[in-house]
Amino acid sequence: MKYNGMFEIIGPVMVGPSSSHTAGALRIGQIARQLLGIEPEYVTFQLFGSFAETYQGHGTDLALIAGVLGLTTDDDDVRRADELAVERGLEYQFTKGSGGQYHPNTVAINISGGDRAVRLIASSLGGGKAEVQELEGLPLRFSAEIPTLILYHQDRNGFLAKVSQLLDNAGYNIARLALERWRRGGDAITVCEVDGPLKSDICEVMRSSIPGLKELRVLDAGF
Amino acid sequence: MAFTHLRELVELAQSRGVKISRVMLDVEMDQSGATENEIFDKMSYQFDVMEEAVRKGTNEPVQSRSGITGGDGYRMYEYVKKGRSFIDGAALSAMAYALSVSEVNSAMGRIVATPTAGSAGILPGVLVSVLDSGRYKREDIVMSLMTAAAIGLVIANSASISGAAGGCQAEVGSATAMAAGALVELADGTPEQVTHAVGLALKNSLGLVCDPVAGLVEIPCIVRNGLHSITALAAADMALAGVRSIIPPDEVIAAMYRIGNELPLSLRETGIGGLAGTPTGKAIRERVFGRASGTDVPTPTAGVRACQTRAVGVRDTSMPEDHTAKTKAELGETHKLDGTQQKTREGQTTV
Repeated sequence: MKYNGMFEIIGPVMVGPSSSHTAGALRIGQIARQLLGIEPEYVTFQLFGSFAETYQGHGTDLALIAGVLGLTTDDDDVRRADELAVERGLEYQFTKGSGGQYHPNTVAINISGGDRAVRLIASSLGGGKAEVQELEGLPLRFSAEIPTLILYHQDRNGFLAKVSQLLDNAGYNIARLALERWRRGGDAITVCEVDGPLKSDICEVMRSSIPGLKELRVLDAGF
Repeated sequence: MAFTHLRELVELAQSRGVKISRVMLDVEMDQSGATENEIFDKMSYQFDVMEEAVRKGTNEPVQSRSGITGGDGYRMYEYVKKGRSFIDGAALSAMAYALSVSEVNSAMGRIVATPTAGSAGILPGVLVSVLDSGRYKREDIVMSLMTAAAIGLVIANSASISGAAGGCQAEVGSATAMAAGALVELADGTPEQVTHAVGLALKNSLGLVCDPVAGLVEIPCIVRNGLHSITALAAADMALAGVRSIIPPDEVIAAMYRIGNELPLSLRETGIGGLAGTPTGKAIRERVFGRASGTDVPTPTAGVRACQTRAVGVRDTSMPEDHTAKTKAELGETHKLDGTQQKTREGQTTV
């Protein structure tokens, strides 16, 4: 099921002109920002399909930058996101990609800041809805419509059991769960969507008590 | 989701003896954990934003950011006031309102995507004109937006609401169907009549291609929003009169999906074919962006050129074709946006 809620259809409230090329692109930028988890300094956008053909007319470039800067879809400043980027020391680059079996509105993003870097491929599905297709080259799909935990960890016995046990103890219901790894016993990423707003204490508990957990990011749907 | 087809939506409403909007509201409460009041208030706010955009574009002419369109909502609204139109003034004001919202959208103003920004004029157009008629309460109109949402969810999940994926029929067609269904429920039509309005409205939108001139959400998007608001009103009246969609509405949606898949890429929001590919369409593109692109056959060189003229962030545009992880250090020296490049950008987007 691609669309789950009423306000994905009647909404979002946004500045024009295109829900997929402006609002959806902005949400992808926001997801990239939250995945990085710190203030971004450098970002590259490789545009595919319709994104590549019509990005200027729709302000897709401005929207992607606006999202990376943490602006919301209804912010009047979206139209001057390029100026804001200069003010806030964010460097960016746009290129056009070809090939790949992606949705027509797709962008590949490399974003970095401090000592962190994240790469992802995400698509704008229409009506302002965004979906990550790949994270660090792993086929992990998520939309960040509901609170989402991104766990970077080592592949080992009992990891998911520990995650679900902690979430259950704290009263969270797991809505969706996906784990992908590079190799058995190697690095892995788990994406875990939960119902209800996430409180920060659960993150601290997880960080301190899950063996093999290296990094934890929270995607907050309330952007 | 508790329903994936219109048929199921009708069964849910009939078995409980309630309207489709009520079914949608309960599903939303269940999915989101929000209360009835919270959801209603949020939808009411969405309607406020819709009305704001309608008034903005009818009180004064709104010009698009590119400068190629604008002022038609205001023009139509002034014409309606003269009272000499062929079609009924109330219907015509729905059109004026739809045009206005679409113009506000192209001016990068605030709108509600219903279901998308490219089709954001139709629902506000018909619903604000219905509000102005004084025949329906504001609360009931807000509830009818939930009916529209239920219809939109079915279409989005079983077909598409993206012009890039399914053509304009997926955007303007979906919005027209949603508006027609919402109107039928507002007028106390049965859940079944609601779905027939959807089927009738969508049939009249099948095959609509997405061919925006210069890739902008202006030509023909704005005019299509205006004219399809009339289609939505007419389809609602047909369904209320007892006209049925002989092809079941769910099958019409499935047909829309198949047609979308069969559309060539040039007619799916690439700004290449159709109206975008006409001599005037191409000339407008050149005027707006200062270069000839959006040619009949997209070539890699055109893409590279586009990136070079538009690489506002950096001087070095030799990004590798393959998407590989590159940090700032790996990419080497980069250059921040300077004043000269800034001017180029403005020059490209201003006529």
